[in-house]
Amino acid sequence: MRIEVNGEPRELAGEMVLSELVRDLALAPERVAVELNKKVVRRVDWPTTAIVDGDRIEIVHFVGGGEAGKGQRARREE
Amino acid sequence: MSATVTTTESKPLTLGGRPFTSRLIIGTGKYRSYEEMKAAHRASGAEMVTVAVRRVPLDRSAESFLDYLDPALQILPNTAGCYTADEAVRTARLAREALHTDLIKLEVIGDQTTLFPDNEQTLEASRVLVREGFCVLPYFTDDLIMAKKLLDAGCAAVMPLAAPIGSGLGVQNPANLRIMREQLPDAIIIVDAGVGTASDAAIAMELGADGVLMNTAIAEAEDSASMAQAMKLAVAAGRLAYLSGRMPKRLYASASSPLAGVLH
Repeated sequence: MRIEVNGEPRELAGEMVLSELVRDLALAPERVAVELNKKVVRRVDWPTTAIVDGDRIEIVHFVGGGEAGKGQRARREE
Repeated sequence: MSATVTTTESKPLTLGGRPFTSRLIIGTGKYRSYEEMKAAHRASGAEMVTVAVRRVPLDRSAESFLDYLDPALQILPNTAGCYTADEAVRTARLAREALHTDLIKLEVIGDQTTLFPDNEQTLEASRVLVREGFCVLPYFTDDLIMAKKLLDAGCAAVMPLAAPIGSGLGVQNPANLRIMREQLPDAIIIVDAGVGTASDAAIAMELGADGVLMNTAIAEAEDSASMAQAMKLAVAAGRLAYLSGRMPKRLYASASSPLAGVLH
């Protein structure tokens, strides 16, 4: 099964739910948020949300930042 | 030394239902170390700090930046780096899910060189986010008509720029801020971006701003904790001066001492 996580292609061996993906990536669940095909998936729903072929997943966290934009990422290609 | 304004202040700044004694909101970016950031946060007396939302790196373990913030601080997530309303709305939704706050500092940037806001996209995103129950604090160009539209859309406050982000130029158009204050007496106006040193923050507050948000002026100061304290005092002093009602400006001198009884 081929999916995309944070813009990078990723191959999954078999069936998986979102909470398993977050665990496999060694992320602290309480510090990240997950978007599946541009829709936020609430943390309580991760264990019941199955990942399917072609899914596009974004996992974000928080970084230092301040007044708008300075030194931030370049314009994202969507 | 206490910089708390107690004599004339009638009510605290309230955002998202929470009262704030400090009218200084500061960033968490550009510090040389987390320790330095923490020291600056403490010295500033700020009760709210902004953070940015980014993709987690998947190739290495990322320590959680949030662990370096004092748990008493209100975290204000921002949509820095977004160039469209759609990106900003998605970013805001992710931030709310992870941080359990409806507060969002909305930024939709229009241009990479100036980092000026895209006001049209900002307004569009504001409408969507207000409908979804967010407490929206939009960064925008210091324009009265835009401020009215953002407030009509249901934004909790407006955040006009003083000067380009990170420029440190200070308030470039005091007349615009003063007009905005006079025409929108009930709105919460927080000056965001462009402050360079303490006097800039004081000027913004003297013009009637309800608060000032800054990052670079503190983080890039040689001694950031000391500058953070200067900003705390400047914001409090500017606020007190605004509430006190300044004297009118005159072109010519007006003697302070009585003229009668002078020796001849």
